[in-house]
Amino acid sequence: MNDETMQYRWIGKRTIRPDGVDKVTGRAAYAADGAMPGMIWGKILRSPHPHARIKSINTAKAEALPGVKAVMTGKDLVEFPVETPVPLGIQDMRWMSRNIMARDKVLFPGHPVAAVAATSQRIAEEACKLIEVEYEVLPWVIDVEDAIKPDAPILHDFIKFEGKPSNIAGKLEHKLGDVEAGFAAADVIIERSFRTKPVHQGYIEPHACVVSVSSDGKATIWSSSQGQFMVRAMCAYLTGIPQSDIRAIPAEIGGGFGGKTIIYLEPVALVLARKSGRPVKMQMTREEVFRATGPTSGSFSTVKIGATKDGKIVAAKGTFYLQAGAFPGSPIRGAAGCSFAPYDIPNVHSVGYDVVSNRSKVAAYRAPGAPIGAYAVECVLDELAEALKMDPLELRLKNAAKEGTKAAYGATYPRIGYEETVRAAMEHPHYRAPLGPNQGRGVASGFWFNAGGESSAQVNITEDGNVVVITGHPDIGGSRASIANITAELLGIDYRRVNVLIGDTSTIGFSNLTGGSRVTFASAMVVTQSTEKVITQLRERAAKIWGIDPEAVKWENGEARPAGDNAGKFPPLSLAEIAAKASQTGGPIGAGVQLNTTGAEGGFGTHICDVEVDPQTGIVRVVRYTVIQDVGRAIHPSYVEGQMQGGAVQGIGWALSEEYVYDRNGKVDNAGFLDYRMPVCSDVPMVDTVIIEVPNPKHPQGVRGVGEVPIVPPLAAVSNAVYRATGRRFYSLPMSPPRVLEALEPATAEAA
Amino acid sequence: MAKLHITTTINGEPVEFLCDPTQSMLDVLRDELRLTGTKEGCGSGDCGACSITVDGRLVCSCLMLAAEAEGRSIGTIEGMAQGDRLHPLQRKFLEHAALQCGICTPGILVAAKALLDSNPDPTETEVRYWLAGNLCRCTGYDKIVRAVLDAAAEMREAAR
Repeated sequence: MNDETMQYRWIGKRTIRPDGVDKVTGRAAYAADGAMPGMIWGKILRSPHPHARIKSINTAKAEALPGVKAVMTGKDLVEFPVETPVPLGIQDMRWMSRNIMARDKVLFPGHPVAAVAATSQRIAEEACKLIEVEYEVLPWVIDVEDAIKPDAPILHDFIKFEGKPSNIAGKLEHKLGDVEAGFAAADVIIERSFRTKPVHQGYIEPHACVVSVSSDGKATIWSSSQGQFMVRAMCAYLTGIPQSDIRAIPAEIGGGFGGKTIIYLEPVALVLARKSGRPVKMQMTREEVFRATGPTSGSFSTVKIGATKDGKIVAAKGTFYLQAGAFPGSPIRGAAGCSFAPYDIPNVHSVGYDVVSNRSKVAAYRAPGAPIGAYAVECVLDELAEALKMDPLELRLKNAAKEGTKAAYGATYPRIGYEETVRAAMEHPHYRAPLGPNQGRGVASGFWFNAGGESSAQVNITEDGNVVVITGHPDIGGSRASIANITAELLGIDYRRVNVLIGDTSTIGFSNLTGGSRVTFASAMVVTQSTEKVITQLRERAAKIWGIDPEAVKWENGEARPAGDNAGKFPPLSLAEIAAKASQTGGPIGAGVQLNTTGAEGGFGTHICDVEVDPQTGIVRVVRYTVIQDVGRAIHPSYVEGQMQGGAVQGIGWALSEEYVYDRNGKVDNAGFLDYRMPVCSDVPMVDTVIIEVPNPKHPQGVRGVGEVPIVPPLAAVSNAVYRATGRRFYSLPMSPPRVLEALEPATAEAA
Repeated sequence: MAKLHITTTINGEPVEFLCDPTQSMLDVLRDELRLTGTKEGCGSGDCGACSITVDGRLVCSCLMLAAEAEGRSIGTIEGMAQGDRLHPLQRKFLEHAALQCGICTPGILVAAKALLDSNPDPTETEVRYWLAGNLCRCTGYDKIVRAVLDAAAEMREAAR
């Protein structure tokens, strides 16, 4: 922490989160904990095929089953013709609608085809089995490299690339300087190709909702998501109900990591509730979550980097093919835009391709696309450092982006803290610690854009002189604690007097998604401005009580004090004393602010990873890990560290054990936590963190986004460490035991 | 199918309920008794979010038939605090920020308490292997392990 932070009373302190006690006692209500009187249960019938035309759907038998109250198909949702884009944030309602329920074609096993609401879960399941669907099965393709082959089965005949039907749905290109001239001036050039598998966000809470529609058409939605306003807007689009008639209440969210920035169940439950006249509850099984909700893309990337003998990078080229799943929308912006962003490189050409294939549609996953891009770039840099006989951190420091650097994706950086993270890594005891047998150390850096956007807040002083803050962002990892710290700091009161709540769509102004590492950044801005307005009101009220000019009142340590000529003339008035007189001095005290926030500057991190590789089993264990990141200002250091640690461990899972495995029929073969192997407690060590604070000059408290950067470096940091431990470079993930064993001992692996 | 009448004890209080013979303990806790602090993450015993104790033994309630509760003593997260006095584990989880989204927290607390009940002085490795059946996707486990070790130390101190 720097000197400035030391002056704060609450900012930078490890306070107890406002929602904490509810969460350790089981009281906190998540999506599946909701219930409504007269509630019935909805279930979804899903496609068994990766690709098929729907010839007919007959729901008559299901409708006739006793206990069934409503049945629906894709025709019950608003249709959006494929020709006209209907963008909503990063989504397009044309694809959203067809992803939630198939219309003419099913595009992945698990694609919803119909849904039933019945008086019990069992009856709803039985009814789904009675729905008759006639399919014309079509050829399918899943892997991204297969999907771009000239003879690949085409998913959507309306998608054309370079004039021909294609699975390439989009291309994004960033160019800076003259990359060919740059390579011509290079002394050393390294070019490599990399592959990653699709991985799931892995939130522990399956998607769930409870929805009711009254006879006058007003709807209430209880669900967990990364944005209640997104839920409302998408449901309005898909059902035709005006937004003013939909109240979307944000339940506590049991993890999202980007995967809950889109919806699957709410519009279906809404249609079923409207048809049946009963509240409808739906919750996915874990298997449904794995089969039919967004993992992130699998990928195929090629990166080429050239440097002069002294280690100055002169040119870089990257090509990133990302698997979008059934509909366009893979995170090529993150892959192409973030991958070279930590470096000051004069000549860059970075291209991303968005490739559809017969797999569930991708959803955002923590710094979407950036880990895929950084994996390739940071592994090539490791080889480059080796070829140049340079320390890999020295190479990064020599080429580090700084204030004024122009990034290929477009930004010219203000003051940033990337260099500081590299220096901190070089000076960290971890970097010099001795290694044991079969151990190796790797490093890598990473960047994420971060985001601003729309946010709203309301700060109210209660009649007894305490504070309630309402914002519009679902709190996914402790953001309420940060807001309490900031509000208490500004008002000069104990943080325990500030309660922070998340409003529903009818009680707080529009607020964009909890995503892009924007919540603490953006909500701090609107909460700060609201609190400043409240302080102005408090000074005015005190002035009124004292009969002096408001300009002659200052707010200090939670009290109004007369200032200037009046200093010392009246005893200070506390927040409680002013609140008690509010009705006589002008009425309720409170203020709200709604803003389109800007100034969210990018974030950088550098990671150090030690692994130990067991040559007998091929098991790679991370034995030590250090995360170093510039966070601007850590409003609540514990939750900042938590983001750094959690992101790193997700990245370790991506590098070592997580992947979608498909069977011969194009179906996910490991749709459960036993076979889709996320890191468990015994897989990982403690994760050290170093918080660097180079304040964001464009934010009142200096905040930069924190949550996403930490998942960007680990893929390469682990890979580079495995190389140092084994002498072998792996160019595809995950580096799971069979793959590592095969690489170490090809003959042994074959015999086994 | 006729429902079964089950007489059991939950968090020290006598409880009776009717259940379908195929219903899981988790479904009865959540849907019939409205004890929703016990969470469902997978329904297959792989994530530990539904951890409860049965006669002191840690089990995944999604893998247990509700009918098996007959005559047993069930412990859930709702029974962990004594009135408004939090269990040391609950307090340490808050102090260490050992939770982010909190969905895995009830299961991890129930599991950690079962560990400390049988082993009041676990090593970091013992904590990690004991909790290996409880998935957390947010924290990377660091602060969870620290909170459990700290709670154990405090409880040992208090017991002296």
